[in-house]
Amino acid sequence: MRLIVPLQGVVQGRGGLLMGSLIPCTLFYFLQLYLKRHRSPKPPSAPLSPYPSPSPNLSELPRSASRSNLSSRGSISPARISNRVSSIARPNSSLYYVGLDRSLEDPYDRLDNPEGIIQLGLSENTLCLDLIDEWMSENLNSSLSEGDGDEFGLARLATYQPFDGLMELKVAMAGFMSQIVGDRVSFDPSQMVITSGATPAVEMLCFCLADQGNAFLVPTPYYPGFDRDMIWRTGVELIPVHCRSTDNFTPSITALDQAFNQAKKRGIRVRGILICNPSNPVGNILLRETLYSLLDFAREKNIHIISDEIYAGSIHGNEEFVSMAEILGEEDTDKERVHIVYGLSKDLSVSGFRVGCIYSFNENILAASKRLARFCSVSSLTQRLLVSLLSDSRFITRYLETNRRRIREVYDMFVGGLRQLGVKWAEGSAGFYCWVDMSGLIRSYSEKGELELFDKLLNVAKINMTPGSACHCIEPGWFRCCFATLTPEDIPIVMERIRRIADG
Amino acid sequence: MAIGIDLVPSVQLSRVAESEKHGENSPYFAGWKAYDEDPYHEVENPSGVIQMGLAENQVSFDLLEDYLEKHPEASIWGKGALGFREKALFQDYHGLLSFRKAMTSFMEQIRGGRAKFDSERIVLTAGATAANELLTFILANPGDALLVPTPYYPGFDRDLRWRTGVRIVPIICNSSNNFQITPQVLEAAYENAESLNLRVRGVLITNPSNPLGATIQRQVLEEILDFVARKNIHLVSDEIYSGSAFSSSEFVSVAEVLESRPDRHHRYRDRVHIVYSLSKDLGLPGFRVGTIYSYNDKVVATARRMSSFTLISSQTQHLLACMLSDTEFTSRYIETNRARLKKRYGIIVEGLEKAGIECLGGNAGLFCWMNLSPLLENLDREGELELWKTLVYELKLNISPGSSCHCSEPGWFRVCFANMSEHTLEVALARIQKYVEQRMNAVII
Repeated sequence: MRLIVPLQGVVQGRGGLLMGSLIPCTLFYFLQLYLKRHRSPKPPSAPLSPYPSPSPNLSELPRSASRSNLSSRGSISPARISNRVSSIARPNSSLYYVGLDRSLEDPYDRLDNPEGIIQLGLSENTLCLDLIDEWMSENLNSSLSEGDGDEFGLARLATYQPFDGLMELKVAMAGFMSQIVGDRVSFDPSQMVITSGATPAVEMLCFCLADQGNAFLVPTPYYPGFDRDMIWRTGVELIPVHCRSTDNFTPSITALDQAFNQAKKRGIRVRGILICNPSNPVGNILLRETLYSLLDFAREKNIHIISDEIYAGSIHGNEEFVSMAEILGEEDTDKERVHIVYGLSKDLSVSGFRVGCIYSFNENILAASKRLARFCSVSSLTQRLLVSLLSDSRFITRYLETNRRRIREVYDMFVGGLRQLGVKWAEGSAGFYCWVDMSGLIRSYSEKGELELFDKLLNVAKINMTPGSACHCIEPGWFRCCFATLTPEDIPIVMERIRRIADG
Repeated sequence: MAIGIDLVPSVQLSRVAESEKHGENSPYFAGWKAYDEDPYHEVENPSGVIQMGLAENQVSFDLLEDYLEKHPEASIWGKGALGFREKALFQDYHGLLSFRKAMTSFMEQIRGGRAKFDSERIVLTAGATAANELLTFILANPGDALLVPTPYYPGFDRDLRWRTGVRIVPIICNSSNNFQITPQVLEAAYENAESLNLRVRGVLITNPSNPLGATIQRQVLEEILDFVARKNIHLVSDEIYSGSAFSSSEFVSVAEVLESRPDRHHRYRDRVHIVYSLSKDLGLPGFRVGTIYSYNDKVVATARRMSSFTLISSQTQHLLACMLSDTEFTSRYIETNRARLKKRYGIIVEGLEKAGIECLGGNAGLFCWMNLSPLLENLDREGELELWKTLVYELKLNISPGSSCHCSEPGWFRVCFANMSEHTLEVALARIQKYVEQRMNAVII
């Protein structure tokens, strides 16, 4: 049973009066309503996962006590705790986490729990794990202590390593990243800092590029985790920059400019833009021209660009992915402002191994990140494993091809099902998810309507999909549906359940 | 015509990025540099710099190798190996239950069963470095202060302060009572912080102490607990060297003190947090395994969520879960490790005695705290640095000067003994003996 990281994030930083107060208040009201209605004990029949209880905040404290204990800052113990803690210790309020928590309480299993909640809220890919499993069993037949004769024995691995990663792994990662972009870019291992996942990489860049109270512009809809990862300890603010379905949710320079100026008026200093390309949750790939415009904008405002390219190797469509690295010329002075985040959690499905990286052209950022990497280094054991895996170029080529094909197959089936339902989706060519327009199914075209539909989907249809509001989408009715953990048999069941509530 | 000089300001970085708090520009780095440029090797470079500044434990390595050889299931995943898929995707910040249980069992064994740990209170981090930083983020706001007894591990300046914005106010201990922490020095530190308008959030102790190489006595732990309760602040006990105490009975964990005083338990509980890691006791710093153990529910819940920035690879958790739940192996390991460290300590103290050098009475850790003040030209910080340079560049020994540990008295040095072979240790001691002899002869002449 896979478990995710049900971290909660207080949805913040919407900026502007309407976004900043009215809508969150409305949402919060309905959220309270929602939580009140669904505060039921765990179903006794649900098969227990081998891992501990799913809702971290709920398991530590008895439900009845949780509200009173957590509502006032640091009131549990006399010794006070930092201000950061109060926001984190509150129950999961983002619907992204609400959905994940709820689905863990009652997870679908074809045999053991066919009425359970089908998980479409977790962006994971299990389609090619068999290939990796096979590789492991064929290649990992020597014990650690033997050393393999390649200097990778325990003696070498046990000792202190460079905190920013083994050079062998950097070389292997750089090679992998280059392969993913069809060798149109040659990534340089010396410009890389390896971190324990992409999560700390993004946070680290925030620490390095911005001071407390500064802000990043983030085109919406965006990955809900950013609200937590980028804000929690750094004290920076995220300013959503709304994109529209009419542009297929591509960031517009006009909107960025407006957001920048509005921030300035509020006295907030914007330090950079964060883009996710390929996009999560939409799944589209930014055009080369868009990347150039973003770079121009960043230059004009003298700010940074963080490009999270974690889905670069998960393209299922026919479009070609262009990395920020590709559009930077050799002599380009703007290189200093571009920082790429990457990781193996998506493209190689090894999220449990915790391997990510910062790739930067800025020497100072690299120097600072190398030192900060001590707080989030990857186990040498795992690094060694991945060096072997990534260096097997024949396997990697086969893996990437098979992965692309399998994702495409499931995607086609999934959107085929949507088509039959008469439900539309955004054009997307990457990622493990489909950005679906369920506005036809909501009663009132508003966030309230979307929340009601989310509730119905989760608790009646028993499907967890992430509502657009959790991703700060300005148009109601969009939902992110992750399909890469579904089998062909699951898809008709999903569609049937959607149909049931559509009719009902 | 204007020349094409780039007049546009280059894009700026944050204060954190530009800060010097990483500490790598300190003069002590010259010692590391000297080692990197001319590392000692028994055969190939016998006159090179011997690394005695790195607290790493290599004395019990063979035991680990032996275990892994006998238990290949821990480190490989054959076909059909249990739960590869789950492991590959497992990024639950609770951590593998089997691993948490194995850690608590290991921690209990180290304390001779005198304290019990609950696996639900274990939070996993990628190393104790991350654990200490994480706790600091949780317990203090930017601008607040932590009290740390001197001398302390130089890395704290970076780990506790850099990204957190928290300050360290030293609890100044001195040699008159073997650098023990007393209520007086605790109070003095607190008042010092107040006079600087800093709000104190907690005390952070290392027990056994780095760099002293000595355990903190029970009585002192009780006094510290009383102090933090009185001031309504937290206590972080970094017990990373707990398994490196030369004898189990000499190490008293704050967990034991808590358990032995159930009447006062409620006053102390929510304030106490223990940091542990496998980097020292198990000699596996490359694996990046650390943990926070807190008696405070809110801290556990928060630390767990924040550990998402510093998770341990599931593969590593799996291997260590196998190893550490083998209690027969672990008890044998702990015992053997203690004995070997004790022996090493004996060798170095004896060797230093021959050179007329005194050490602080130590009973734990991978290093000894030696007093070279008689050798200083001037009994001050400059004098200490002068001697240090001699040690690094002439004797070719990289050891850590007390000033890098914020020691209030000049002349103390920390010398590590567990990261080399016995032979190398003898070579180092011979160099010291020779040097002292030369100094004595120079004086006589």
